[in-house]
Amino acid sequence: MTEQISVLALDKPRGLFGDAWYTLRSRPLFWVSVSLILLMVLMALFPALFTAKDPTLAQLSLSRQPPSADAWFGYDNQGYDIYARVIYGARASIVVGVLATLGVVLVGASVGILAGFYGGWLDSVVSRIADVFVGVPFVLGAIVILTTLNAGGDAGPARIVAQVVLSIAALSWPVSMRIMRSTAIAAKQQDYVKAARALGASPRRIITKHMLPNCIAPVLVYSTIALGAFIGAEATLSYLGIGLRQPVVSWGVMINSAKDYLRVAPHALLFPAGFLTATVLAFVMLGDAVREALDPKLR
Amino acid sequence: MTALLEVEDLHVEFRTRDGVARVLNGVGYHVDAGETLAVLGESGSGKSVTAQTVMGILDTPPAYVMRGAVRFHGEDLLSATAERRREVRGEGIAMIFQDALSALNPVFTVGFQIEEQLRLRRGMSRSEARKRAVELLDLVRIPHARQRVREYPHQFSGGMRQRAMIAMSLALDPEVLIADEPTTALDVTVQAQIMDLLAEIQRERHMGLVLITHDLGVVAEVADRIVVMYAGRIVEQADAVSLFRSPGHPYTEALMKSLPRLDAKGTTLDTIKGLPPSLLRIPPGCPFHPRCPRAEAVCSVDVPPQERLGFGRTSACHFAEEVLNG
Amino acid sequence: MGFYVLRRLLQMVPVFLGTTFLIYALVWAVPGDPFEGKCGERDCPASYVSAMRDKFNLDDPLVVQYGKYLWNLVQGDFGQTSSGLLVGERIATAFPVTLRLALVALLIEAVIGITAGVVSGLRNRGFLDSLVLVSTLFLISIPVFVTGYVVQLVFGLQLGLISPTVTTPTFGNLIVPGFVLASLSMAYVARLSRASISENRRADYVRTALAKGLPTRRVVGVHMLRNSLIPVITFLGTDLGAFLGGAIVTEGIFNVPGVGGLVFRSILTKDGAMVTGVVTVLVLVYLLMTLLVDLLYAVLDPRIRYD
Repeated sequence: MTEQISVLALDKPRGLFGDAWYTLRSRPLFWVSVSLILLMVLMALFPALFTAKDPTLAQLSLSRQPPSADAWFGYDNQGYDIYARVIYGARASIVVGVLATLGVVLVGASVGILAGFYGGWLDSVVSRIADVFVGVPFVLGAIVILTTLNAGGDAGPARIVAQVVLSIAALSWPVSMRIMRSTAIAAKQQDYVKAARALGASPRRIITKHMLPNCIAPVLVYSTIALGAFIGAEATLSYLGIGLRQPVVSWGVMINSAKDYLRVAPHALLFPAGFLTATVLAFVMLGDAVREALDPKLR
Repeated sequence: MTALLEVEDLHVEFRTRDGVARVLNGVGYHVDAGETLAVLGESGSGKSVTAQTVMGILDTPPAYVMRGAVRFHGEDLLSATAERRREVRGEGIAMIFQDALSALNPVFTVGFQIEEQLRLRRGMSRSEARKRAVELLDLVRIPHARQRVREYPHQFSGGMRQRAMIAMSLALDPEVLIADEPTTALDVTVQAQIMDLLAEIQRERHMGLVLITHDLGVVAEVADRIVVMYAGRIVEQADAVSLFRSPGHPYTEALMKSLPRLDAKGTTLDTIKGLPPSLLRIPPGCPFHPRCPRAEAVCSVDVPPQERLGFGRTSACHFAEEVLNG
Repeated sequence: MGFYVLRRLLQMVPVFLGTTFLIYALVWAVPGDPFEGKCGERDCPASYVSAMRDKFNLDDPLVVQYGKYLWNLVQGDFGQTSSGLLVGERIATAFPVTLRLALVALLIEAVIGITAGVVSGLRNRGFLDSLVLVSTLFLISIPVFVTGYVVQLVFGLQLGLISPTVTTPTFGNLIVPGFVLASLSMAYVARLSRASISENRRADYVRTALAKGLPTRRVVGVHMLRNSLIPVITFLGTDLGAFLGGAIVTEGIFNVPGVGGLVFRSILTKDGAMVTGVVTVLVLVYLLMTLLVDLLYAVLDPRIRYD
């Protein structure tokens, strides 16, 4: 008898997330992306740790100077130190990404799980509303929303950031809603939910205790990748001149102001673009690693 | 005399991220023309892996054949060229699988899947192949074969799908048919029909049939000889009549005691204690000893050899004679 | 099937109305005077403003305005811009250019994406597989406008291989912008085909096809590909719709005279009639594409039946 127990114990039964963690730990890709993200977060929180220079100090005499020992990434058209601005730009980019992701996931996932669980007219109405928002091409929709919001005139940094977050979230929530909805519909057919219903559990209890823990994984994976994508979206909108703008410093804003001097000062565009790409890459890699770890089929 | 199909001392391991699983540890059996060999065992005992090694369709990685031979008409297939192995597949040895729904390609019609072998291997024209496909579906008694040949697998019922699969395996007139749990996914009544069909086809075509199953009831009806597998080994080998009369291995004995019997109504069924061992950590000595009611000290140390019990019977047990004599 | 299409078309009506109304409201509800700056430095004369307000029905409630706009639209009249240009005509000249760009991008995406995905899916965990995985990661992470500028900088300005802007939108001239437009989706197509192939590689029906003694190239080329490409082809279909509406950035960088540039300029100049007109067309195209993709799905996969 003891023999069998030891055989079983050796087989280490783990839960979905425990198993995922076990897989993740051994993936170098996971650790690379986590370190990159930590570095970026540190830059966003304490930019002064990385540079002693002032990102808002424009020295026109140094305009478009190439990288040197003094200014690692050189100076842009206005004579701003590009290294300092890249460091300080992390904050706005990451704040927009995190807030937009939070909004999208909270709204999308809760609407999605309700629609999936209750079905019927609620599901139809919610799905049609989602269709309306999906039907608008993302960039086009964001431009229209932001031009309308921007029409108010000059705004402070907080308001500018809020507008960008709002427009990204408004156009992206249907994606997480659809993911959650289809997972919830699948979970509803599962025996554990049927059993809970048969035992007379309240809908509220079924949703929070039984369905949510089992449905959260796909949305979690999506939100990791979306966080990266939203940082990219912020940059795209800022590049088009309707997203973040002065006085906010962000990578998109830097690329926007560098694009007209591409021929004479390519470094002004390439450095912020490089940081932007590295950050997006880190989140996409993390999402990839998490998805592979959570999905036994992919092993 | 060389057997039609002979498997000898086959060792296969699966290299997984949790370690190396020894899935086959010296499996050997043979089947002759016109004979039905039943391979009996629980899931994970290595019955299907043996069959897939014979067919040469193991996934490498994770599976690696370490040692052994598969001989067809005396020719070793494991050392044959890939091209030669492909020739034998379908034409020499054909195979049918447990779940016909996933084993048939969902996006092609049943007819297409039968005809493609005929066109590629026999050089038949489209219309000849279609004619032959209808004949084959008729042969396995699928009604309205002429219409159904144009339908997709999902439009067939479970039993009809398994019949279509049998028809497909017969397309190139194989000498050996390996049936991997052909009835497990089916309703009991349909199971009997499919088994009858297989037995009939085997008799008429004088084929060698390797019937892989975990169901003793199925075995009793059709098998000429039986090999019993446990943890990647053959533990017992005997003709069907004498095995059912008196098993020669404690595992076979336990399997038979767990079968409900009409003449013992009202008594409780014996079950086998414990679980089959993890193939990553096969117990030392006899792999069955942790669950064996007859186990003694020697069983956890020495691997029992194949004891010859006469009449072509063997048993891998230190106490084979005693088991045989009850 | 016919009944299904009809039902889908009916379902599209509220979505179409919702989307266009949303855009209409956003465009025309902009705070401030929509005709500001239309008359040079000076404020517009009151007579002009009232004529314009009358022309665009701006004194009606929003819903009535939208209703009138829709009524004209149904009759094929997209209206005029404030400077008197026919919206319908402008769209008719710009749309074929964008369509051409989208088709070029789709072709590039399909050829490169599927090839890369299939090759890496078949050789699980080899050098080629890692190469494809890493390059798709980078393609996904680099925003399109960065790809666009880097391509323009390197190939156009430094190497002089291409003209940095597209003067005449022939298929040949659209290859580079098409490549930039396709870059992101190409990576998705590669990953989707890779995942699909490596999932189907272990499928039971592949084992059956092998057991039948079919040659490997037939097992892969017929049995596996046919199944694996179903999700990829539907993705490509949806993507064509996305390309038509999402070419704003690419068209801007390469100066392609398509719908994207038209709508972007119109938004900046607050040309409401043009914006609503273009968006209406794009939404319509998008909705029809999704229907087409669903129908295509049923054609490719016999298990799917719409009844």
